[in-house]
Amino acid sequence: MSTPQRRTDIGPPHYEKFLHPIIKNNYGKWKYHEVLKPGVLVHVAEGGDKIYTVRAGSPRLMSSDFVRFLCDLAEKYCDGYLRFTSRNNVEFLLANKDNIEPLINDLSANGISAGGTKNTISNIVHTQGWVHCHSAATDASGLVKAVMDELCDYFTGKIELPHKLRIAVACCLNMCGAVHCSDIAILGVHRRPPKINYERLSNLCEIPSIIASCPLAAIRPTIIDGKKSVEVDEDNCMYCGNCYTVCPAMPIADPLNDGVSIWVGGKVSNARTTPMFTKLAIPFLPNNPPRWPEAVAAVKNIVEVYARGAKKYERVGEWINRIGWPKFFDLTGIEFTKYHIDDFKYAGKTYRTTTQMV
Amino acid sequence: MSDSKTPLLDELEKGKWPSFVKDLKKLAQRSPKAKDLLGQLELSYKDKMTHWKHGGIVGVKGYGGGVIGRFSDAGDQFPGAAHFHTVRVNQPSGWFYTSTALRELMDIWDKYGSGIVNMHGSTGDLILLGVDTDNLEPLFTDLSNADWDLGGSGSDARTPSCCLGPARCEFACYDTLALTYDITMTYQDELHRPFFPYKWKFKMAGCPNDCVASIARSDFSIIGIWRDNIRIDQDEIKKYADSGLNIAADVVNKCPKNCVEWDGKALKIDDEGCSKCMHCINVMPKALRPGEDKGACILIGAKAPIVEGAQLSSVLVPFMKLEPPYDELKSLIRRIWDFWDEFGKARERIGECIQRIGLGNFLEKVGLDPVPQMVLQPRDNPYIFYEEYFEEE
Repeated sequence: MSTPQRRTDIGPPHYEKFLHPIIKNNYGKWKYHEVLKPGVLVHVAEGGDKIYTVRAGSPRLMSSDFVRFLCDLAEKYCDGYLRFTSRNNVEFLLANKDNIEPLINDLSANGISAGGTKNTISNIVHTQGWVHCHSAATDASGLVKAVMDELCDYFTGKIELPHKLRIAVACCLNMCGAVHCSDIAILGVHRRPPKINYERLSNLCEIPSIIASCPLAAIRPTIIDGKKSVEVDEDNCMYCGNCYTVCPAMPIADPLNDGVSIWVGGKVSNARTTPMFTKLAIPFLPNNPPRWPEAVAAVKNIVEVYARGAKKYERVGEWINRIGWPKFFDLTGIEFTKYHIDDFKYAGKTYRTTTQMV
Repeated sequence: MSDSKTPLLDELEKGKWPSFVKDLKKLAQRSPKAKDLLGQLELSYKDKMTHWKHGGIVGVKGYGGGVIGRFSDAGDQFPGAAHFHTVRVNQPSGWFYTSTALRELMDIWDKYGSGIVNMHGSTGDLILLGVDTDNLEPLFTDLSNADWDLGGSGSDARTPSCCLGPARCEFACYDTLALTYDITMTYQDELHRPFFPYKWKFKMAGCPNDCVASIARSDFSIIGIWRDNIRIDQDEIKKYADSGLNIAADVVNKCPKNCVEWDGKALKIDDEGCSKCMHCINVMPKALRPGEDKGACILIGAKAPIVEGAQLSSVLVPFMKLEPPYDELKSLIRRIWDFWDEFGKARERIGECIQRIGLGNFLEKVGLDPVPQMVLQPRDNPYIFYEEYFEEE
């Protein structure tokens, strides 16, 4: 059988093919922008040209028909030009200001809200979860849907926040969703050591790779039934799942023990303060599909306490740094436990070495 | 009683936010693969665990990356989900599309796969979810004939991604889209054939606001910045003040370096003391703009926790001009890859490798001089590895 014609290493299509003519004409020549209302931006070029953007919250997981639906709207209102943001929002790029309201009405008639600009909660960055990942400790799409159903008014700007608030969800410690630098993050966690399938392990896995994979050297070589194998020092396991990544015979998922943790106070922007990691707020909440009420309530509580207490232009991490962590736990009513104190590398750097408590 | 096969998922059809369940249930009426995916997801919601098996090596001819094997452990119950591989399609710079291009792509995808997509994956690719092994080659042929190519996966250069930069942002300090396209095309081999110790991510951000989270999510972060003075339009400043903006509270008092002055008539910035954090520009984009001597700060080593803990990228080159053909940048990338090739351990990101070897030693190996901008402070411990001592002759 002859191989059908195929080309390789051609790279992505050149982006210029997809730029709106107004964008092409004013590329690199933008002067300023304004947020006309939540979800609507105007960018003005040096020469006076304007391009309008309508940003809307789309689920990251969608059908080809949903993509076609977005295309229908783009064709109806903006000559077919659309884009997506780094937070999985869809953006329509309009030349004609008069099309803004009809587009927003059309979106909203189909259950899609405009928003996500300025001092709002933008769309949640998230991972695959049970929808499509083998190492997931929780689902991501369902969890995100449940959280955003509750926080939608913060996306649309109906309720204002002191500053922008970015939420991320990752379904395990691999953190494909980069939850380590978000204002609020939900992270799926495993809580028991891997269960070794000795027979599969000796057929499938390289023992030196398994041993090397453990960041705490908690995996040791051993002999089981005359075959080379490994054993796990369970007291030293922190459930990172890295051994499972290199050896399928060491599954770590466990319905009785998997769940989610909640993290706060990260940011990537350099504005005012330097980028910050998220820090642990709640070590464990149960996996409770389909709506994860405990996780949703925990996130909502933190958002509400932040909205009440933060000053204008304070991100969650900046707010907490001002009031101090003791006050954060006090105001949110979250219990501070042994698990909040770091015991990994450089843990001592996080101990308080001052008499100042704020 | 409802006779729905997905009672738990059906709960997610309710609520204000768009429902992926509603969307995928509609798709399931014509796509057996989508139907079985929902069936399996319902089972996961019931069992509270994943039903995907670990990996599995599949791909298209001549490529080592771009396709991730996904097999179900409940394939007998859900045959449509038995093979459900992921195909990463390299997105256009800045995620700009035309409806025509997206429609063509969706038609190809419906012909071979489940019809389920991610817009987009965490690294930036347009992700096609759910194709059988036998359909991979024909799908790839149709994709490449429509001018689409695969992105990265495994231990290779992952698909580079960028903010929308000069296409629609006045803050962009270099052409993020052009650089991303150039880097993607230059390193097609590194992108498609994994031979690194581990993954390597490039992210191009146009300014220190870093809308693509470059400093947190990429091994090699290229973040736009300027060297000269912030441009001020005093008339526009006055208009902001007249329209009710409290410049003293919202700009002056928020400046982390106390370098903004406002006397009610004119705004003064001490650019020597400015850390280029973007706050004042973000608040008054009509009145303030980055300077004109623009380029980028190059940082290295960000990653999520696995294995040795999360890291942010740290400064490698405080400022570099970025103009085609980007020779200085590419020479640096090549030197770093050569170093990593020699010193990196399997499954060790470059950031972890530098931690192990020491930033000072790394700089020597890649031919960069140490400068104070690379650290927050000099060391505060006296355990110095002096490399030379004298002996009496």
